Amino acid sequence: MVTLAIVKSKLRLYWLLIKGLQAGLLLSTGLAGYMSARCPVMHWYDFLGMGFSLFLAISGSTILNMWFDRDIDAAMNRTSHRPLADGRVSPNEALRLGLSLSAFGVGMSVALSPLYGLIVFAGLSFDVVVYTMLLKRHTCWSIVWGGISGGMPILAGRAFGLGHIDGIGILLSLAVLFWIPTHILTFAIRYYGDYQAAKIPTFPSTYGFQTTRTVIAVSSILAALSIGVASALIGMQWGFVRLLAVLSGGLFLLAIASIFRPTERINFGLFKYASFYMLSAMILLSIGTI
Amino acid sequence: MKITILDRILLLFTCLLAAWQVAVGINSADTLPLITYTISFGVLLVAGLLLIILGFDVLDSPAVVIISTIIPLGLSLGLVWEHLSSTRIFYLIFVIIGFLTILITRIFPMRNKLPVILLASVHGVAGLTIFLLPIILVFFGLAHLSFALVSLGGVLISVAGLWLSFLRIGKPLLLNSTILKVLPGLLFLMTVCFVTGFR
Repeated sequence: MVTLAIVKSKLRLYWLLIKGLQAGLLLSTGLAGYMSARCPVMHWYDFLGMGFSLFLAISGSTILNMWFDRDIDAAMNRTSHRPLADGRVSPNEALRLGLSLSAFGVGMSVALSPLYGLIVFAGLSFDVVVYTMLLKRHTCWSIVWGGISGGMPILAGRAFGLGHIDGIGILLSLAVLFWIPTHILTFAIRYYGDYQAAKIPTFPSTYGFQTTRTVIAVSSILAALSIGVASALIGMQWGFVRLLAVLSGGLFLLAIASIFRPTERINFGLFKYASFYMLSAMILLSIGTI
Repeated sequence: MKITILDRILLLFTCLLAAWQVAVGINSADTLPLITYTISFGVLLVAGLLLIILGFDVLDSPAVVIISTIIPLGLSLGLVWEHLSSTRIFYLIFVIIGFLTILITRIFPMRNKLPVILLASVHGVAGLTIFLLPIILVFFGLAHLSFALVSLGGVLISVAGLWLSFLRIGKPLLLNSTILKVLPGLLFLMTVCFVTGFR
């Protein structure tokens, strides 16, 4: 009983370390990329293997990021309660777990398909090494590299389904790249003081709030356009294209409102709507060609 | 007033039904009705999502009057275009002019009663069209019995639209808290009526 309780509490901590919801959303993009290429022909072994390997790699990279940024997390109110920042998980334990999950994830990906494994490895490297270790503390433009790594799961999924990289995969990857600023920059505005305290350069601290809101709005619109064009090229059913257009319209209106009538509520609404939009778009991409 | 879990669930089902209606479209609908139905259910879908995400505070926005006009105008135009071909152009002109006048009176506020009269007239005509046309078609055997549910949906959307519009322009027909209490249920019931009626 005691052992079971320890395992449960560990798993709960590890779930916090991998940022379960964020990992789930990224995983859904990878699965959607695969389904957009392989539906209606479904290969369950490939599908499950790809999903599992991607989940391991995403989780591993998230933990490694958290391990490297534990000093920043401890300095920020929003993140000071994270398991590494408050000492519930030791840095060595997190490092071992992060490296193990990353190695298993990438290893399994390479075993499934070398090209797929290469893209997963590239995504992990961009995220951990380029974004977190090299750029995040020095320039607000690091989010571009964070965005590129965020776009890798969907590219990897589609490349795994097709056996090669195609234009649609790159377009879908761009859609995620453009969606990432909505996520990161909204947080940068909402927790401006936290980032200042941790001395992390952000768009609001470098270019001001109005420019940041404009960047968020423009990138949201570009994300919607990229997904829309990719959906049409994939041959998504007309009804699903209509639905995607309606959801894109909502994103567009919120983006415009966030520029001309900026409030904390509208900005955070845009952030939540953009997350919902991305998940919906991934579901539609997955089922839209059936 | 804070949005409750039950409100969010009702709104979620409203959104799912509206999304389904947008995706499947309306059987044998012409291009223009398909566009107007898509816009109406699309606005309903996005409005429901924004209510779930932002809560009832979103109703303080001046855009509410315009948005709550789009749904009945779009649905009524689709119905007239499909079933009253002799008057479709006149009704299209009425919809365009009605929408533009409401838009203008929202952008350039006036102190006289013209905005209220315009709002009530446009909502009234659109609501009556959605209410009467399906019932008449069913009565004369030109449509399936379930199509009468569109009429019921028309009554509900007229009620909701008028409540929200008059609340927004500062002349509430009911207490603010009462409107917000019944709004999610009303929107859900209305969507059920429309989706079932259009099948």
